[in-house]
Amino acid sequence: MKTIELSSVLTAGKAFTAKVEADSKVNVRSCYQCGKCSAGCPAAYAMDYAPHQVIRMVQLGLEDRVLSSHAIWLCASCENCITRCPRDVDLPALMDTLRRAAYKKGTVAEKNVALFNNLFLQSVETYGRPHEMSMMMRYNMKSGQLMKDVFRGPELMKRGKMSLRPEKIRDNGAVRRIFGRVRASSGGEQL
Amino acid sequence: MKYAYYPGCSLDSTGIEYQLSTKAVAGTLGVELWEIPEWNCCGASAAHNTDRLLSLALPARNLALAEKEGLDVAVPCAACYSRMKATEKAVRGSEDVREKISEIIEMEYGASNRTLALLDVFTNQAGLEQVASLATKPLQGLKTACYYGCLMVKPPRLAEFDDPEDPQTMDRLMDALGAEAVSWPYKTECCGAGFASSRTDIVLQMSYEVLRLAKTAGAEAVVTACPLCMLNLDMRQKEIEAKNGVAIDLPILYFTELMALAFGHKPAAIGFNKHFVDTTPVVRKVEQGRRAKEVQP
Ligand code: SF4
Ligand code: SF4
Repeated sequence: MKTIELSSVLTAGKAFTAKVEADSKVNVRSCYQCGKCSAGCPAAYAMDYAPHQVIRMVQLGLEDRVLSSHAIWLCASCENCITRCPRDVDLPALMDTLRRAAYKKGTVAEKNVALFNNLFLQSVETYGRPHEMSMMMRYNMKSGQLMKDVFRGPELMKRGKMSLRPEKIRDNGAVRRIFGRVRASSGGEQL
Repeated sequence: MKYAYYPGCSLDSTGIEYQLSTKAVAGTLGVELWEIPEWNCCGASAAHNTDRLLSLALPARNLALAEKEGLDVAVPCAACYSRMKATEKAVRGSEDVREKISEIIEMEYGASNRTLALLDVFTNQAGLEQVASLATKPLQGLKTACYYGCLMVKPPRLAEFDDPEDPQTMDRLMDALGAEAVSWPYKTECCGAGFASSRTDIVLQMSYEVLRLAKTAGAEAVVTACPLCMLNLDMRQKEIEAKNGVAIDLPILYFTELMALAFGHKPAAIGFNKHFVDTTPVVRKVEQGRRAKEVQP
């Protein structure tokens, strides 16, 4: 795990803290750094910064550092931390906001997580539901990862658990229009 | 009892056993499941990682279709359940959100109906006494580790039907079916499903811990209510064994499969043969126990 140098707090960072608080509706200042979230986090072992350090970086306004961290992408959204936090700090909601901010800023540290999310959503936009087979092919091509490690297509097909053809819903384009309107909106962070 | 039914994307593909056994159990319990016509994907973690509005709008379209029929929605998958619950709460909690979402999905949605976990519907809503009385082929002391995973019972703000740290719904169900629920510490820990497609190394580690602790507690099978947990614990079990140099050999079953088995449905008809880890030891153990009981009543 990396250390954080506290003296680099910038006044400019205050705006970032305020923006993250407004978007996530999480009062990050109520966190008193007890570390309970990190103690019970099943993914902390793989993170570069432990969950309570992610909050600390937001408190200090260390925008670049937190938005390019791996930690925000390695959070499994398992909700352990919020269930246990003595200050009711919604860390999973904060992680969501930080991931979305990292997307916008183009500082995504875990490229394959973001790639998968994109392919998944493209598939949902096209068919209304994700189609594993076509996602698998594209993911394989773009990530350089072996598809057998990821989806186990042949074994699933043998058991009747994956189909070659996508299932397309008949919704007269309702799902596509949902995507279109969402794109036209400002992301809904302020809601 | 009639519910709108939102199977979610896994139940037609990787979670086919969940689908088969759910229909069998609903039939026996007399629960009518009205599948939401032309339902769409809830967006899963891909949507809430990417765009808040999208993560609310995708589930909302399905919930609105059910609301039109005046029905509560039964959801088998823990991840879909969590997304739909988040949408329901957001819309109920804010007039602005309600208006914006209704506009985006081109349908009025006021969250007057409730989203329920299928686990809740088949136990608490249907009544465990009724379940027990229908269990004509009880599971004779089968030792099970009830695995709730993360999103079925957490966060408490969304999942309201059981305790977030020591849930009991499935444990009580096992009791009603004649099986035993072992006490173990990883009931609500995460299997790592979110990384299944991008960081399999993390999934293997997190799922290994779940399997290891279930095994240590003396379980003969793990019971789950989530198709993503199933995929990790069942399909990846061989890989987990190889990576850690251990034998685990733990069949993983949906709670609905065990219900259907105890209700007398044939194992092959409810998907027992579609698993990666061999499930015949479970069927054998249950039959042996039953025979022994017949000899010495
Ligand atoms: S458990 Fe809560 S208060 Fe403690 S460090 Fe984590 S977020 Fe802060
Ligand atoms: S929600 Fe994320 S940060 Fe919180 S315990 Fe789970 S993996 Fe860790």
